[in-house]
Amino acid sequence: MSGPSEVLQPTSPHQRRSTAASARFYSRGVSVCLAAPLVVALAIGFVYPVTRLVGLSFEGGSLEQYRRLVAEPLYLGVLASTVKVAFIVTIASLLLGFPVAYLMARLRHGIAMVVAACVFIPLWTSVLVRSYAWVVLLQRNGIVNTLLADAGITDGPMKLIYTQGAVIVAMTHVLMPFMILPIYSTLRTLPPDYNRAARNLGAGAFRAFISITLPLSLPGVFAGSVLCFVLALGFYITPALVGGPGSMLMATLIGQQTTVLLDWPFAAALSTVLLTVTLIFVFLFRKTLSLSKGLHSVH
Amino acid sequence: MSTDLTHSTNRLSPVRDLYDSAAVQVFAKAFGVTILAVVIGCVLFFLLLPTLIVIPMSLSEKDYIEFPTSGLTLKWYRAYFSDPDWMAATWFSLKIALATTATATIMGTMAALAIVRGRLPFSSALQALALGPMIVPHIVLGVALYLVFSPLQLTGNFLGFLIAHTVLATPYVMITVTAALQRFDPALELAALNCGANRLQAFALVVLPNIAPGVAAGAVFAFLASFDEATVAFFISDIGGKSIGRKMFEDIDFNLTPVIAAVSTVLVVISLLLMGAIHLANAQKRG
Amino acid sequence: MIGQYLSLVGLEKHFGSVRAVTSLSLEIGAGEFVSLVGPSGSGKTTALNMIAGFEGPSAGKIVIGGRDVTHVAPNRRGIGMVFQKYALFPHLTVRQNIAFPLRMRRQSNKTRIATRVGEMLELVQLSSYGERYPQQLSGGQQQRVALARALAFEPPVLLMDEPLGALDKKLREAMQFEIKRLQERLGATVVYVTHDQDEALTMSDRVAVMAGGELKQFGTPTELYRYPNSAFVADFIGRMNFIEGNCVENAGGTAVVRLSDDTVLSIRAQGLPATAMAGQTIKLAIRPERVRVARRGEGGSGCLAAVVQTCVFVGSVHILVVRLESRPDVLLQIQLPAEGGLPFQERDTVDLLLDDGAIHLFANTERHAA
Repeated sequence: MSGPSEVLQPTSPHQRRSTAASARFYSRGVSVCLAAPLVVALAIGFVYPVTRLVGLSFEGGSLEQYRRLVAEPLYLGVLASTVKVAFIVTIASLLLGFPVAYLMARLRHGIAMVVAACVFIPLWTSVLVRSYAWVVLLQRNGIVNTLLADAGITDGPMKLIYTQGAVIVAMTHVLMPFMILPIYSTLRTLPPDYNRAARNLGAGAFRAFISITLPLSLPGVFAGSVLCFVLALGFYITPALVGGPGSMLMATLIGQQTTVLLDWPFAAALSTVLLTVTLIFVFLFRKTLSLSKGLHSVH
Repeated sequence: MSTDLTHSTNRLSPVRDLYDSAAVQVFAKAFGVTILAVVIGCVLFFLLLPTLIVIPMSLSEKDYIEFPTSGLTLKWYRAYFSDPDWMAATWFSLKIALATTATATIMGTMAALAIVRGRLPFSSALQALALGPMIVPHIVLGVALYLVFSPLQLTGNFLGFLIAHTVLATPYVMITVTAALQRFDPALELAALNCGANRLQAFALVVLPNIAPGVAAGAVFAFLASFDEATVAFFISDIGGKSIGRKMFEDIDFNLTPVIAAVSTVLVVISLLLMGAIHLANAQKRG
Repeated sequence: MIGQYLSLVGLEKHFGSVRAVTSLSLEIGAGEFVSLVGPSGSGKTTALNMIAGFEGPSAGKIVIGGRDVTHVAPNRRGIGMVFQKYALFPHLTVRQNIAFPLRMRRQSNKTRIATRVGEMLELVQLSSYGERYPQQLSGGQQQRVALARALAFEPPVLLMDEPLGALDKKLREAMQFEIKRLQERLGATVVYVTHDQDEALTMSDRVAVMAGGELKQFGTPTELYRYPNSAFVADFIGRMNFIEGNCVENAGGTAVVRLSDDTVLSIRAQGLPATAMAGQTIKLAIRPERVRVARRGEGGSGCLAAVVQTCVFVGSVHILVVRLESRPDVLLQIQLPAEGGLPFQERDTVDLLLDDGAIHLFANTERHAA
């Protein structure tokens, strides 16, 4: 019997590693070592700062900051309008985004790629670039006003920018890809046979869509809506640049408290409220959100 | 798609077929298609226009948009490249983005391996925590980081930015690498072990080459997540160290010049090139 | 000869409270081809994974050519393996795939590796395919590359996990002979896992039948076919007909059995435990080719009356399915040599004559494979 020499070598002690565990998985020790750097980074750069911020809002063990927040109708108004804007942006994204997602899922490969590019290019362009574009477009002497005047629809330039409407339009633009992609990834997995089968069974095209395609796309619709809503709640850059004092949202209010008024404990309380509202929504819809799935489709 | 929506074939319902006569169908079809095409066209225009309008703006003589343009110029680009403030911010952001790409890609890939291929206690808790920075409002994270970094003199500082952006960018790497690992056939790794490779060799020679497109995509997303990041950067920048995002924010807010359009164009082109590279890498792998 | 002996001693594997393999002991000789067969969940794949080192045994010992490898990491065992779906490295060419185990075994000499890879390609008749990638090959070709990779470093033991499962029937049969030819030529020790008992019988020197994590029987294909030691093995290996009967007497190696229609048979009690006492229900088992069929009234005494359900021609033989008149719930399958036209038709009444020497008796407590 001949064989490669190393096979015949006696087992040396360092080879006697226990293999009681399965080779299909990395051992617990290796796994922990692999995850450790990220855990440390998250502890330093995420968990500790957020905990400190929340702690600051309860400074001295008092609820003083929260009392201020509740006592002043302005602040509650901002919270209400934040939720309202997020809701409008979500609905607008859904209504405008669904047809695009449907088209992407159903079109031939070549055209679908073009549509996909229209969705991906804005997604991966800096939010600053897009907010800047909206500032320019909506300016007093910007393109939109010029076009409206040239068409004779308006007499003179309207105040478009620094309004809540501007914030809603710009945020819808920024967040719509987050709506389209989860819906698209759900629709894409539906075999077209379903629709065809329903139609063969006598359903009209519209009814087939309402009774088959729409219900089956709901997971994507929910994932996209929750994602959109949650991101809209905490959006800062776009409302800060496009919005004005009359269209204050939670994020811009926090920005104002920290950069202008330097009232850190109160900013901390506002942040805690925003964080809590966000987490409640994520928690309530965690099933539909299916975080990694919904976000994964972003790519 | 047009046929899917409007063309109906009711094999089981001959009576209905009468109603769905050819003329009605043609009309319905043309009407439906037109409406849909117009709606979708408008939405796509809405999506794309604000992103691409910065390009003609950056080349325009005047400091506002006009059609037809009175002349093309590169003066705004010259202004950008000769302004020491803009250059300092650009290099600072570039350094941070490259370093963030490295740390986020390595840490995210390691964590994804531990979660998918390992036996990790509290694995799902770690996953949720690692994705947290994507969900927690960035304004909250920005304020919180400022609060902690400021006394440590980590604001406007490379290390401070690196920590913040690594936390923000790692989720993208984890998502893409986790997906790649889930597509990877674990029998290949067993085959490598069986062929005499140790764990490290099996990873480097078999696992990594097969998940490389996922890792590369994660790295690109990490780069963009850092380079284009504005909210957290807004809070942890200071006079001594300012990211390009913070610099842009200030200029849009106080000093709206077409230089911003030139900078925006540069950012758009970088994003387009990187996305194109990922697309090509994926297409090559499939083909 | 490259093969060495392999012995498994009291091998156990528990996953929590589930016992995937219980006290498995096998002695496999150098150069022997042994199949592990059994239904899914029988523990055969777990056993293979323990030999490969992918799963650590909960108890027991694995010895290859005198070397105890029970606690040796899989990459240091030096065992070759062909995986279920080949597990060829998709980013490497055929040549690089075959060279991989040689490189890992620190054979740094490039020319020697190249020579060896060339030999292996020739051995599996793929010399002109070296620069292709696995996904550019057909299933059968991928299978041969996997084989070449597993054999490249002359492993003392070669493990194969359902290697032909993904191929169609024709290719499967061709590959069975191909694998057998290579194994005999190299003198490799092969442990072959399959759920296909035909494949196991065709290729193996010995077959180990497993069920529920236990070894049921280990023997040559002929032994298993002719002398199954349990109703399970009898049913799993080849085709088997089962008829219930009542034990009248069980002494001196002969059992007297009364069937449902009061036919009394006196049978050599092979396989029947001595504990089967008079009065107990027992099982008679007989192969389809050991039942003789005559038209009603022509069978003589000691016959079972039956009605033909179907009679079909399947090439080499006629297959006859009959229903016992006394037990309409019992269907028997019978094989007859195919000479001339169909010998019987539906609803023909026939006499069945069971060949005494071919009947196996089993206690009725056991469950069948199917």
